[in-house]
Amino acid sequence: MLPGRRNAEPVARDSGKRPAAVRRAIRSELATDTPPGSAPSIPRRRDSIEPIVALEHVSLAFDRPILEDVSFTARESDTVVIVGESGTGKSTILKLLLRLLVPDRGRVLIDNQDITSLSFDEALEVRQRMGMVFQGAALFDSMTVFENVAYPLREHTDMNEDEIEQRVREKLQFVDLDPDLVMEQMPAELSGGMRKRVGIARGMANNPEIMLYDEPTSGLDPLTTNTITRLIMKLQRELNATSIVVSHDIRSVFRMATKVALLNNHRITFFGTPEEMTASEDEYIQDFLGGL
Amino acid sequence: MAEQPSGPQSGVNRTAVSGTALALSGLVRRLSLRPDRTRLPAILRRLNDAAKSKVLSLQEYFVLAAKSLRFIFARPFYAQDVVQQMDEIGVQSLGIVLLTGLFTGMVLALQSSVQLKTFGATMYIGNLVSASMIRELGPVLAGLMVAGRVGSGIAAQLGSMRVTEQIDALNTLGTDPIKKLVTPRVVAALIMVPVLTIIDDFIGIIGGNIIAAFVVGLPSGQYWRTVWDQMASDGFTLRYIPNDFLQGLIKPFVFGALISVTACYFGLNTTGGTEGVGQSTTRTVVTSSILILVVDYFITQLLLSLLANG
Repeated sequence: MLPGRRNAEPVARDSGKRPAAVRRAIRSELATDTPPGSAPSIPRRRDSIEPIVALEHVSLAFDRPILEDVSFTARESDTVVIVGESGTGKSTILKLLLRLLVPDRGRVLIDNQDITSLSFDEALEVRQRMGMVFQGAALFDSMTVFENVAYPLREHTDMNEDEIEQRVREKLQFVDLDPDLVMEQMPAELSGGMRKRVGIARGMANNPEIMLYDEPTSGLDPLTTNTITRLIMKLQRELNATSIVVSHDIRSVFRMATKVALLNNHRITFFGTPEEMTASEDEYIQDFLGGL
Repeated sequence: MAEQPSGPQSGVNRTAVSGTALALSGLVRRLSLRPDRTRLPAILRRLNDAAKSKVLSLQEYFVLAAKSLRFIFARPFYAQDVVQQMDEIGVQSLGIVLLTGLFTGMVLALQSSVQLKTFGATMYIGNLVSASMIRELGPVLAGLMVAGRVGSGIAAQLGSMRVTEQIDALNTLGTDPIKKLVTPRVVAALIMVPVLTIIDDFIGIIGGNIIAAFVVGLPSGQYWRTVWDQMASDGFTLRYIPNDFLQGLIKPFVFGALISVTACYFGLNTTGGTEGVGQSTTRTVVTSSILILVVDYFITQLLLSLLANG
């Protein structure tokens, strides 16, 4: 039971089935977006069904337990969305994937390689195949938008300045920003939505195989939320990347997810497709989806 | 043993224990040489934890200092950042250093003139001012000023980067935050704080000159001669370096390292949002000021005993 609901009126339910109007709404939401399968512009060399990202029985505790026996997998081109109450450790999962944290128990596998036993430099190499979009975009305050997006290119590639500029323009256009307008601006001069978009541009600058998003739509107005969600799905299609998204926003979850993982009480209590989630009879899940 | 991610972890209360220490403690526990931690009464456990966390902080501080110094010689060199920091630390602090030095020198001369008059020895004002400024007041006061201005600035900057996840972003994008953020600041401080101290000393002696000329009526020529006599009388190392300069330059070198490492340490370990940034800033200024004064004593003691016998 959600903590705040102890004394509330029990939610009216008819034998666990969603009201018809809600089911229709979910179906139409899923139908409005371009179906997956359109040709990606960046072909991947692998075509296997081996999971690219896997957490196996991961446990982590600081002063108090954060994650207990958490496992899930993501295959190539999957979009796994992790949902759960605030502060349950969703962002921690992303940090584990990036090896910014090391689990107390269990393994974190990127492309079947256990990253928990890597040294700092070896982990750097693995990170180059991942792009991360932080919750507040985490743009570097002291650099312009251009320098922010160019940062991963300057660090990890030996592209010359012209190539870098071309790539930065390409990525800024991808996220629907006018390069000439924003390139020389500082992050502090941008709105929240624009900063998020620059963050996405920076995350994808190196065309990574795995994209991680930490609450990409939190704190944004509904229109911008819509835009960002569409952007993530567009990125998913054209980069053909595996995406792991941590999100609160149930509506965008159902639009972009191929798999949903529900984090409840430090554990994954549900891992499956969005359809399976709506059809689930579990009380907690029904309450969670009650926000839809 | 898996190496912990490098760089201080924000909000993480993990004991960074090395493999050998773990093995040793396991051995000790198995041999029942020390009771299991959970059987300690609550108050001892709290003291135990508090003591361990203090030692852990100290350990992380020294690890940060060692890494930042080691990375001076490691690629990639962020030369542009070093130059930028030299501007922030050195050039931007010039104003307060000039003011501090001038008024300190003037007050020294003023106070000492009163005392020296009773002995009829006002001609020695130059000796007194230059000795005090070069050996002690120049380095320490410039250090304290820079600790306040630069230390708080660095701590606030790195602290805000930490709470807005920019440090994590740097890690994610493959940059070691210590190489990019800490080492340039340490190098810049090591270069700039001695320079600022020299300027501080010089302005202080000029301030003394002003007071000596206008209040005591001492001719400037005499004043400066006594200044030079003072420096010469304390002996020379390697034939050309006055011992006063040794004291006066080693100290700011050490203070520069202290200030920058302390500021970076508190900045990178900030937790708790904007309030945490404020706390880190305060702690930086307080800690580096105290460290400057304490280390000053020990350096003085060390150098005096070394130079007196040499």
